[in-house]
Amino acid sequence: MDVRSTQSYLYWLFCQFELITCSYLMEPWEKVLFYTFNLCVAALLLYTAYVFVAVHLSSACQLLWPFLGNPRENALSVVK
Amino acid sequence: INHIVHNGGLYKRPFNEAFEETPMLVAVLTYVGYGVLTLFGYLRDFMRQWKIEKCQNATEREEQKDFVPLYQDFENFYNRNLYMRIRDSWNRPICSVPGAKVDMMERVSHDYNWTFTYTGRVIKGIINMGSYNYLGFAQKSGACQEAAAKVLSQYGAGVCSTRQEMGNLDKHEELEKLVARFLGVESAMAYGMGFATNSMNIPALVGKGCLILSDELNHASLVLGARLSGATIRIFKHNNMQSLEKLLKDAIVHGQPRTRRPWKKILILVEGIYSMEGSIVRLPEVIALKKKYKSYLYLDEAHSIGALGPNGRGVVEYFGLSPEDVDVMMGTFTKSFGAAGGYIGGKKELIDYLRTYSHSAVYATSMSPPVVEQIITSVKCIMGEDGTTVGEARVQQLAENTRYFRRRLKEMGFIIYGNEDSPVVPLMLYMPAKIGAFGREMLKRNIGVVVVGFPATPIIESRARFCLSAAHTKEMLDTALKEINEVGDLLQLKYSRRRLVPLLDRPFDETTYEETED
Repeated sequence: MDVRSTQSYLYWLFCQFELITCSYLMEPWEKVLFYTFNLCVAALLLYTAYVFVAVHLSSACQLLWPFLGNPRENALSVVK
Repeated sequence: INHIVHNGGLYKRPFNEAFEETPMLVAVLTYVGYGVLTLFGYLRDFMRQWKIEKCQNATEREEQKDFVPLYQDFENFYNRNLYMRIRDSWNRPICSVPGAKVDMMERVSHDYNWTFTYTGRVIKGIINMGSYNYLGFAQKSGACQEAAAKVLSQYGAGVCSTRQEMGNLDKHEELEKLVARFLGVESAMAYGMGFATNSMNIPALVGKGCLILSDELNHASLVLGARLSGATIRIFKHNNMQSLEKLLKDAIVHGQPRTRRPWKKILILVEGIYSMEGSIVRLPEVIALKKKYKSYLYLDEAHSIGALGPNGRGVVEYFGLSPEDVDVMMGTFTKSFGAAGGYIGGKKELIDYLRTYSHSAVYATSMSPPVVEQIITSVKCIMGEDGTTVGEARVQQLAENTRYFRRRLKEMGFIIYGNEDSPVVPLMLYMPAKIGAFGREMLKRNIGVVVVGFPATPIIESRARFCLSAAHTKEMLDTALKEINEVGDLLQLKYSRRRLVPLLDRPFDETTYEETED
């Protein structure tokens, strides 16, 4: 029953989150508000990561270590 | 921060006290939790002000809304928004004698702790880890109860007068002689209320022109008494002898603030066991300092009388010192003797003075006779004068329970404050949600604990405080420890990082202000 133990572990993790952020003490409507806010912030962070981080990382790599790229591209850039 | 001190021969036994530092991550997360609750507190206050939500707490009347606001300070904000959420852990009504096991009335709240209703059910047999019942004298059967019942039928319950007028019974005289003999002092006086003993007698002993040096973490009764007296109060760091010595030196050298005259009296206020930290005062060093700088010592043994020392005579016996070194020995009968009231012991001149000039003696009703008899019987039992070894057995059982409980909790990985020998065991919780969760989870498992938060402790250092008792059997302690282990795993309370700092094996001098050596 590995699914059961993973499920109970995830539930335990969720309980720890509830205890640390004190949503354990909130009334249901406060919890809804709090979780909505948290999910929105998390979703925005993920979107930002997906759209921008890949582009930023690759341009940073090109700047710092240009010799790690495509050999034909590098030859072209040297010739130019 | 663990270390064993052998300080120049002043201590005849090792003094193990530890206050482990708060882990950084836990402190940050605690602040996060308080931050979230504060934001929601502001939101709820906003909704209450704009009538979106019904306001159930105390507010000013409509006509007084333009006056100076009464409920805007932090205490009231905390009360409305944080304390209300976890209020069901306190003021729980019990309906039996608070012995090792207690019965509690079940109550539920349908509007998030603003009002409570009783379901009518009584939860029986809850293991009581919260009552100050150190020697187990809170009993409804036994020698103490029979003697108290006999005196009740002889004298009745009320005294209807103060000590100075018509309320001085022969029972009170007998009690005072017995308490003086028990403590090893010349004379003693008993009062009806422990808090009033401190707050009403310190003003009688010191006044304007005197200096009071009081520990940082002294009880509210000592603080109130010190403030009422009108003397100058200076605070030294908790149990820190360098801080105390520095204050004493400054007081002797500089005298009173403007006039530079010498102080009339210097009184050092300390407690035997500090109930929120579980620490024991460094009495040998305090007495050495007191003698060196010619000041007076007021020792409040509320929690340590009966609980420390091989014969239960308190912290003076625990360190092997003479009771004549302590000028004023104060204590209460509430904790180890199963009664109510307080006493002050000392030299005959001091007690005779207090009989005339103490507010409590002149104005307060004297102790009720059955209570007096309970104290007399329990003191005789502890001293062994009733012919049995019950008292001695109880004192030893308490010491064993203390050592066992503390050792097991430390092994499990909790952060425990205080001295190894103190029967008060604070277990750190830190996060506000865990305060409420711990209290509720332990009650579900039939164990009653006292959890403490702000304002009794600093705001991030909230704790659960266990008070051990000689009435707890090893099976009860094992059950309790098993449940605490479970709840500790469930709530992730095992913060201890078990850092063993090397032992500080040399006497303290001016350069070791802190208790660690890095």
